[in-house]
Amino acid sequence: MNGVVVARGLQEALSDLSERPDATVLAGGTDLMVEMNRGLRRPRRVVAVSQVPELRQWSVANDRVVVGGGVTYTEMMTTPLAQAAPALAQAARTVGSPPIRNAGTLGGNLGTASPAGDTLPVLAALNAQIVVAGPDGERRMELEEFVVGVKQTSLQPGELIVRAEMDRPRGPQEFLKIGPRNAMVISMAGLALVVDRDARAVRCALGAVAAGIPRAREAEAWVAERIDWDNGAGVDGAVADEFGPRVAAACAPIDDHRSTAAYRRHAVAVLATRALKRAFPQGGADDA
Amino acid sequence: MPDPYWLRVNGADHEVADADLAESLLFVLRERLGLTGTKNACTEGECSSCAVLVDGVLTCSCLVLAAGAVGAEITTVEGLGDSRDGLSVVQEAFVDEGAVQCGFCTPGLIVAVHDLLETDPDPSDGDIREALSGNLCRCTGYGRILAAVHSAAATKRSQP
Repeated sequence: MNGVVVARGLQEALSDLSERPDATVLAGGTDLMVEMNRGLRRPRRVVAVSQVPELRQWSVANDRVVVGGGVTYTEMMTTPLAQAAPALAQAARTVGSPPIRNAGTLGGNLGTASPAGDTLPVLAALNAQIVVAGPDGERRMELEEFVVGVKQTSLQPGELIVRAEMDRPRGPQEFLKIGPRNAMVISMAGLALVVDRDARAVRCALGAVAAGIPRAREAEAWVAERIDWDNGAGVDGAVADEFGPRVAAACAPIDDHRSTAAYRRHAVAVLATRALKRAFPQGGADDA
Repeated sequence: MPDPYWLRVNGADHEVADADLAESLLFVLRERLGLTGTKNACTEGECSSCAVLVDGVLTCSCLVLAAGAVGAEITTVEGLGDSRDGLSVVQEAFVDEGAVQCGFCTPGLIVAVHDLLETDPDPSDGDIREALSGNLCRCTGYGRILAAVHSAAATKRSQP
């Protein structure tokens, strides 16, 4: 390895990256260092971005939440960010252990682009725009344009993930995931469900069950028509039960060392029904 | 060979020379600085036996690029002792409560418990289990560790 640069500002990081297009960006290290320790990866150069203050910023407005690429899972779990994006906080809470959550970042989760990246379904369900910066300035895209395959992104050499800008809808949010235990678990299946009362919409995205992060758009539209939006009565139990398999139709899982396709499809259906029932508790309590 | 760099560990500056830049902080602490209190087990963030504080934040040192930690204040288990015999309240509680068996996970646990008690002087069992959920111990079954954390917390609370 020829060099390590510890960038102390966004412009410095960007100019380092444009001068060294072969450099690998290091954020919290929870993915890259594992591969380096095992000898699976040996970057020629590293630009470390954990000391870039611009990437550590986040902000909360009435209808919008902006989270910098260097914001850690621990920070996502902390109010007021956790209150403004509860599903993001729930997802962050399921990642690794406290020291992992202290190090791992939203930008790192995006950059690794694993289908099992736990924040990614939340970003998809919150209609997030991913903002990247490069030599030619900023560009922004939907998550579906950013994550283009298993651990593949549309990030170009010299570009850096700067922030994600997401909706802050009025309504409940859920993130649920399945794994063999509660801590230190990589998702076998994950699901984010967001209710937007003003748009009368339910948005649902899936993790670890496809090459990308699919939205269950047909199931979303189907259930939105069956919710009693005006009277707050919520969702009929039979509708919630049927919602599960309809969401599962959006996944394209595989058998691998972590789980089987059949189990993942089953798990997604269970998670979808559970998330919808939690979002619309019996009696239709309005917890927006 | 790359240029040497300096790391600040337990309040002292250490030169790291003739080192591969791909080395983790864990490797540099143990193999180059001789600070072997920090243990090396999984090297993938699963066990926390290598836990240290980086700028006061609980971190797995195996996941920190050492050359990227220039300028940070690093505290290892060797830097935590504060009482007359060189042991911290947490370390003494681990000894007194029999929370140490083979001892391999102990340094990581000690660092994690110091971090917990910084922010939570009176943690419940659930708080402790959550805070230590990344620290794997294969000997004790964690019962004595929980007792040690409660004991250390009580001692710290009773101190002025």
